[in-house]
Amino acid sequence: MTVTDTAVVEKRTTPSTPPLRRRRSRAGRTPWLYLAPALVVLAALLAYPVYQLGLISLFRYTQAQVSGGEPTAFRGFGNYADVFSDDQFWQVLSSTVVFAAACVVSTLAVGCALAVLLTRVRAVPRLALMLAAMGAWATPAVTGSTVWLFLFDPDFGPVNRLLGLGDHSWTYGRLSAFFLVLLEVVWCSFPFVMVTVYAGIRSVPSEVLEAAALDGASQWRIWRSVLAPMLRPILVVVTIQSVIWDFKVFTQIYVMTNGGGIAGQNLVLNVYAYQQAFASSQYGLGSAIGVVMLLILLAVTLVYLRLLRRQGEEL
Amino acid sequence: MKLPTRLAALAAAALVVAACAPQTSDNSSSDTDDKTGTLRVWLFQEVGNKPKEQVVDSVVAAFEKAHKGAKVDVEYIPVDTRAQRVKAAFNDPKSAPDVMEYGNTDTAGYVQDGGLLDVTEDFGDWSEAKATDPTAKQSVTVDGKLYGAPFYVGVRALYYRTDVFAELGLHVPRTMAELATTARKIRAAKPELYGLVVGGAYTYGAMPFVWANGGELATGKSGSYASGIDSAAARKGITAYTSLFSDDNCPAAKCAGMGGNDTITAFAAGKAGMAIGGDFSHTAVEAGKVKGEYAVVPLPGVTSGSIAPAFAGGNNIGVLKSTSHRTLAVQLMEALASKKTQASLFDAMGFLPTFTDVRDQAAAKEPFVKPFVQTLTAGTRFVPASPAWSQIDSSLVLPTMFQEVVSGKKDVAAASAEAAKKMDAAFGSVG
Repeated sequence: MTVTDTAVVEKRTTPSTPPLRRRRSRAGRTPWLYLAPALVVLAALLAYPVYQLGLISLFRYTQAQVSGGEPTAFRGFGNYADVFSDDQFWQVLSSTVVFAAACVVSTLAVGCALAVLLTRVRAVPRLALMLAAMGAWATPAVTGSTVWLFLFDPDFGPVNRLLGLGDHSWTYGRLSAFFLVLLEVVWCSFPFVMVTVYAGIRSVPSEVLEAAALDGASQWRIWRSVLAPMLRPILVVVTIQSVIWDFKVFTQIYVMTNGGGIAGQNLVLNVYAYQQAFASSQYGLGSAIGVVMLLILLAVTLVYLRLLRRQGEEL
Repeated sequence: MKLPTRLAALAAAALVVAACAPQTSDNSSSDTDDKTGTLRVWLFQEVGNKPKEQVVDSVVAAFEKAHKGAKVDVEYIPVDTRAQRVKAAFNDPKSAPDVMEYGNTDTAGYVQDGGLLDVTEDFGDWSEAKATDPTAKQSVTVDGKLYGAPFYVGVRALYYRTDVFAELGLHVPRTMAELATTARKIRAAKPELYGLVVGGAYTYGAMPFVWANGGELATGKSGSYASGIDSAAARKGITAYTSLFSDDNCPAAKCAGMGGNDTITAFAAGKAGMAIGGDFSHTAVEAGKVKGEYAVVPLPGVTSGSIAPAFAGGNNIGVLKSTSHRTLAVQLMEALASKKTQASLFDAMGFLPTFTDVRDQAAAKEPFVKPFVQTLTAGTRFVPASPAWSQIDSSLVLPTMFQEVVSGKKDVAAASAEAAKKMDAAFGSVG
């Protein structure tokens, strides 16, 4: 990253006159000097693990290799070939994408709607809603998943009793199991969206909203034409956050569908990687899946940022 | 970037990759064989571990007395995180124990990891080893070499509700076919109960059906295993097991996702007429609602009076390759897995001994274990002694197969063919 960025800076300075250039290049170096400590930390915490991930994904690297029982063997892209030739991988990948998309959309919708609601209600209900949301946010994923599972339990769960569903099993059908997990994911991730968007709305000047209201704009119209454009940077951040979170969901699926559902029907990429690779110490294969996930997430994020830029928003 | 630059970058990257392969630790066997010093031992932390500790403490005291200058440091490791602990021990021989307890299905994997010491000769010289049950011995054997001493075994048998059977005038099933009809009769008369509670993810409850019908998990021997799960006989067993997931016994919607513990929980809570449980499930059932109203018999086989082969689970005691006290560690292993220790552990914890003579004495003392000893005597089976097994196990090949059939996603032929393909791929990749 550092290398390409400097290259850009240099390219830009090429046409300028020599004395100016010297001054500029010194000016170009100073910011990097200031950034150096942060970059070193980032490199150690981010770049090095990613490098190791990529490196391991090229080797036959299992527990036997780690503990020295067998020599490490270079496989080139063999691990990737294994992953891509597995039909189940493609199936799991597509259900992960659809499931994550559904989670992101629902989380954003619920989070934004409740954030708007927060600005409309009095102090006491607002406090109650805030506390409830914080409670959901603070609940550990395993606990939350177990509690949700219990609520929908066919034998003892209150939901079935309330809806009069008898001993209907929610985790047996593929879609109903995914739906159940989606509810839990939305429940534990909407507070982040709500709080962030609420803070954003608070910082919008009240005259603007007042003017819109005076012009006779409806609630929905105000959100669409006034709030959403003004909150765009915040919405971008929460969307990317949610995409990354929901794409990587593990605990909820693992706990609620008992490790991927009946015959693996509810597997998502992270659980699949764990089962196929890490649980049986095939670190090479697991790293290959990890690299694929990383690339997908990077691509999604870049495309999203690109789209926004094209619309004229500088972030 | 222009093309040559790109190529140069690629070449540089390739160089970097070639220069630094991922880390490996040196786990070659240690040459030193100290006769004094501290021996570290890892044993599993059981539920209610106190009685086990007392037995082990007395073994350790006797050992330290017999070996001047030797000290034994026992640590009990939680069963849930044992895989991580053991991996860490293999990765860093300095912090590894000298002797450890391990699950018998892990043997082949640990051997391939290069963690366990070959004790074939020592085992042959050990006077007590002659009475070792052959299946238990098989569970420490990889490629004809022995990597530890069997510590205890566990097998499953049929638990049934005596009160329900008496009320409905049923007799104990003598064949597998009768087992299914009896289960349906219970469910028909008492719709709130499962007849025989079964689980789609309960591999070791399902395998006896496959084995009883003449099927095998895999055929061949170490290095050249081939899956046998799609043979005609195995398919017959799979059909027999999966047909139990029906509304007239154990509805698929509820039972497909169950594992072994779930079925025992259901039985202990009085929600099932019968269940397949191990000798190790005894405590859980005793603590449940059905205490005093159940009995255990061996799981019936295909023909009347036969016993379905059970899976021989259990634990072993092994010595780590990295130990610097080879002689002492092997002696300690023998002391921990000795007849005397196993007999006291049976009294303390109910662990079934791996020596046939000790086991018979135990059965005479405690009538409860009789059906389990009968099952063991009738012959048990073990998983393929291949490191591929841990891969097959953790990627849920067999539960997926059973669940595909149970939920109607695939028929027996397609599901078993798919499972066989996955198993063969695993065997092919690690041997």
